[in-house]
Formats: sequence, structure tokens, C-alpha cells
Amino acid sequence: MDIVNIIIANVFINNYVFSRFLGICPFLGVSNKMETATGMGIAVTFVTTLASVITHIIQKYILEVANIEYLQTIVFILVIASLVQFVELVLKKTSPSLYNAMGVYLPLITTNCIVLGVAILNIQENYNIIQTAVSGFSAALGFTLALVLMASVREKLEVADIHESLEGFPLTLIAAGLMSIAFAGFSGLM
Amino acid sequence: MKTSDIFKNGLIKQNPIFIQLIGMCSVLAVSSSLKNSVTMSAAVIGVLVLSNIVISLIRKVIPDKIRIPIFIVVIATFVTLVEMLMKAFMQPMYQALGIFIPLIVVNCLILARAESFASKNGVLKSALDGLAMGLGYTIAISVLGTIREILGSGTLWGIQLFGENFQPAGLFIAPPGAFILLGILIAIFRSVVVKRISQE
Repeated sequence: MDIVNIIIANVFINNYVFSRFLGICPFLGVSNKMETATGMGIAVTFVTTLASVITHIIQKYILEVANIEYLQTIVFILVIASLVQFVELVLKKTSPSLYNAMGVYLPLITTNCIVLGVAILNIQENYNIIQTAVSGFSAALGFTLALVLMASVREKLEVADIHESLEGFPLTLIAAGLMSIAFAGFSGLM
Repeated sequence: MKTSDIFKNGLIKQNPIFIQLIGMCSVLAVSSSLKNSVTMSAAVIGVLVLSNIVISLIRKVIPDKIRIPIFIVVIATFVTLVEMLMKAFMQPMYQALGIFIPLIVVNCLILARAESFASKNGVLKSALDGLAMGLGYTIAISVLGTIREILGSGTLWGIQLFGENFQPAGLFIAPPGAFILLGILIAIFRSVVVKRISQE
């Protein structure tokens, strides 16, 4: 039950893009095409789930044991950066087709605030390791959902006849705002 | 590059929020009131200037291949410093900004300035560039924060502006308001300010 709650909360109610404002840069940057949006979504889901679990283990068994929790930010970002590099290398060797599909997006993930954000929030919420994995996975799932929805809207926006100053990002932000109102409607779910 | 050019770039021509659209997460998230916006700006300016200075100082000894991880470590160090200072001296504000203080590490604005400016220019110029870009960020987030606070809660810097019968539009301090207002602000900035500069 607890796990179902985490999933619904992270995907719909507290969607990381629409209500917590994490991962806005890639959300605006790669949501112009459906293909790139799904590629980015898969890559982020993969890295976020892995990073959540690893940072959880590091926090519990290294930082807390050695009493150096104040190094959390530095350690976590280093773990995430090296994890991204590692995933890139492994994929290149083992599955070239998957690597080609998400290759360009992998380096970008280091500066996606969702990965670090979820890792820190998991620690703050005091989740155990299973809850952490579920929370990381569902947060990224919510991000992918937002990205794919936005991509399908933006493909239509491109042909819309609007004032030139609104073209591109301003209109995308306004569309994101309207979508965010729709997501606010989910708040009654729980 | 002259000093005035650095400031013109940071504030207007290459304004990080209105033109480059980087580092948007914190702008959307903490601009629900002017006080939060200004505090967040101070933290960002501090980290940006200090990391630019350090990266500019060590730019010649950093091996090219691992420069990005090194930049991130430098930035993370200053973010941790800011975080500890705020925790010690500004507890309520630290609670209000929450996760967005540690997330300054992944603010693309800071890494972008390290990579594109501080790693190529001298110390003084890099420090000025950090200050200028930070002020550009401050302008954007403060304007957004002012509008959102007035419309969304009828106050400014926590002071009640209107009579008791005023009904604030809660939408504007909620997430949708942030997206919509920032979209409108970018459109206005681009059509008014950028046009005037290109005419000059």
C-alpha cells in the first residue's frame, strides 16, 4: 500500500516537473520531438533509479557511520556524475543499439536536478531501500510522462499562428502552466 | 572585453533566465515571494562568483578531460558552504528554500559560466562575469517574485498591500502561475528589450 502511495504521489500528485519544478531544463530542451522525449525519458528513468539506490546505500553505510552527513551534496553529485559515465561505458560495450538510442542524452543527465533532487528527498523522507528504489523509479516515470505529454503538445504548437514574441519557449511555458493546472486536479486522489 | 560589456551581457543580452533559459528550476520554484527570491539570488551570486574565481585560478592546471567533474567539485564545495551558513544563521529561510539550496550544484547557469567563461578568462574578469550573470538571475527572479507575491497573496516582502477585502488569486503562488507568468515575462522581455538593443 505504501509503495502504491509513493508511485501515485510521485507520478501524478507531486509530479516532479509540474509541481516540484525539478528537471525543467531538459523538460524545455528536449520536448520538441516525440522521439527525443522518449529517449531522454528512458535514460533518466534508468539513471535515477540506480542513483537513488546507490546514494541511499552510501548515506546509510558510509556518511552516517562516519558522521560526515554534511558532505552529502558533494558526495552525491560525484556519485551521480561517475554513475552516468559508468552507465555510458557499460552500454557502449554491452548494448550498442541502446547506447545509440540514448547516447546523446546520457551526459546531460548529470545536471538534471531530478536525479540529485530525488536522492536528497529520499533521505529526508527516511525511506528504506525498497521505498527509495520505487520513489526514484516513479519520480523519473512522472518526468517521462510530463516530457511525452509536452512533446505531443509542442508538435502541434509549431504550426500554430501566434505573435512572434511568444514563439518557442514562452508559449511552451504557458502550455506547461496549463498542463500543471490539469495535474493539480490529481491532488484529490489521496 | 570591457567591464561594461560583461555587465550588459549578464543583465540583458545574455540574461540567463530570459534569453538563455538556463537555471530555471529554482526560478520557478522559489519565486513565490520576493523575500525568498532575493535570498536565493544572494546564494546563487555567492556560489557563482566564488566558483568562477577558483576555476579561473586553477584553469591552467586542470587536465582537459576531467574538467567537468573538477568544476562540479568546486561548485559543490561552495554550495555546501552556503548551505551550512544558512543552516546556522537563517534557519527559517533555510527551511523555506529547502531542497533548492543543495540543488544549486546542478544549476546549469553556474556550470555553464565555469565552462564557457571562467575556464578561459582571468580572475578579475571571471569574478565580474559571475557577478553580472548573478545579477541577471536576480532581476529575473525578483520581477517574477514581486508579481507572484502581489497577485497571489496580496503582500510584498511580507507587508500587506491591500485592504482586508482583497481576495488574492491563489493560482499565482501555485505552480501553474509560475509557468504562465514566466512565459509572459520572457515574451515581454524579448519583444521590448531585445528589439531595442538590436536597433542601437
